[in-house]
Amino acid sequence: MPVHAHDANRGPGPEPIVLRINGQARHVALEPRVSLLDALREHLGLTGTKKGCDQGTCGACTVWIDGRRVLACLSLAIAVEGREVETIEGLADGERLHPMQRSFVEHDAFQCGYCTAGQIMSAVKLLEEGNATTDADIAEAMSGNLCRCAAYPNIRAAIRAVREAGA
Amino acid sequence: MRPLRYTRVATVEEAVAAAADPASAYLAGGTTEVDLIRAGIARPDHLVDVNDLPLAAIEEPADGGLRIGALARMTDVARAAGVVARFPAVSQALLLGASEQLRNMASLGGNLRQRTRCAYLRDGISPCNKREPGTGCAALDGLNRGHAVLGTSEHCIATHPSDVAVALVAFDAVVHTVGPAGPRAIAADDFFLLPGATPEREHPLAHGELIVALALPPSAVARRSVYLKVRDRQSYEFALASVAAAVQVDGGVVTDARLALGGVGTKPWRARAAEAVLTGGAADEATFRRAAVAELERAVAREHNAFKVELARRAIVRALVRSRDGAAA
Repeated sequence: MPVHAHDANRGPGPEPIVLRINGQARHVALEPRVSLLDALREHLGLTGTKKGCDQGTCGACTVWIDGRRVLACLSLAIAVEGREVETIEGLADGERLHPMQRSFVEHDAFQCGYCTAGQIMSAVKLLEEGNATTDADIAEAMSGNLCRCAAYPNIRAAIRAVREAGA
Repeated sequence: MRPLRYTRVATVEEAVAAAADPASAYLAGGTTEVDLIRAGIARPDHLVDVNDLPLAAIEEPADGGLRIGALARMTDVARAAGVVARFPAVSQALLLGASEQLRNMASLGGNLRQRTRCAYLRDGISPCNKREPGTGCAALDGLNRGHAVLGTSEHCIATHPSDVAVALVAFDAVVHTVGPAGPRAIAADDFFLLPGATPEREHPLAHGELIVALALPPSAVARRSVYLKVRDRQSYEFALASVAAAVQVDGGVVTDARLALGGVGTKPWRARAAEAVLTGGAADEATFRRAAVAELERAVAREHNAFKVELARRAIVRALVRSRDGAAA
């Protein structure tokens, strides 16, 4: 349920809001115009989520909101109050990497690495969504994550390996 | 990004009341709205967040139609069993649009309100009658490879970007709204306005009028429908030409036909001239081609987009063949 179901005319100055991020409540004062991406990176020190295009095109800022992969740059932080946000920082279990993170390392599924957090957040959900039975499905379901180094073959190999290990 | 006030509402009544503020705009998935505000193209002072409204249901009435809540997300509509069975072209159009992340965010109501991807609107500088009426249209003699060839005017040739709206127009969807003057229903084909001399006016909605649902009337032929999309990339790209098509065939004769085009029109383009040629004609490629030629007769091409005329014709024929052969199988 929303925390502020009937709050009217908040802002334009900073508003106290509570964000649920990786299972923790984070208190922060933000103007309503601040994106979730900027809230994470500039206000909460969570810089794993990357800013690529900042216009909803590249997928570098992919996070999960209420369990679905979405773009943090097109989400306003104040509008995700009351929802569960998960970022790349929440993926590993302590020092133990998530299988998708390990697979990206094993398959050398990056070059510069800037898009990698978004790729991994997208890839984990892709397998959960259950629509990627063929390699063509993987390519299609990952098309919202651009890689300008074009590490695509290794990215697909990394995802395929996790899918096959889980099958 | 410009400063904003923010109001989160829980009911349609609260939404309409909050949006009475003339500087307000509704916020649903935000995939267009946040982008346009950041680019300085949309300039609201106040966002009314409607995401908590109970408008996300996808209902499958017994009569065979559909009622889709305006806040249903593209992903959910695309994969709903009733949508796949009753209006496959609607499902296919959704899955061929955007990316999975954007489909998880974008609502159906917002999809209908999205604005053209014309670069001259979005650059904030070029003459653009949509952004600043009376300044002219930079696309007429500019880089217009992606622009429309149907429904254009001397004031605007911007292409309507939606895929799903093409399928909705083909099957006579109705847009239900609630505004300051109460509820009303608008045929999807009337919901999208031709640019004419007022390209800044894209919908007949009053300020503060909220889309609450889309209804699709029952259609037997829609069960055979297909959506074909031709684009520069294999995925995650707007259409150069797209077709929502459905034909019902009995004894080699077309008994019912629905056709609409995307990527080539200033609005989702119901191809009524082609439908008239198809209905009662032989269900063969010669008839399909005649129908395609009839629809594109009024096309007006510019320097870089003349290829779309023939591309659209061929896409129409291919989509009709697919619908016909699916129906025969």
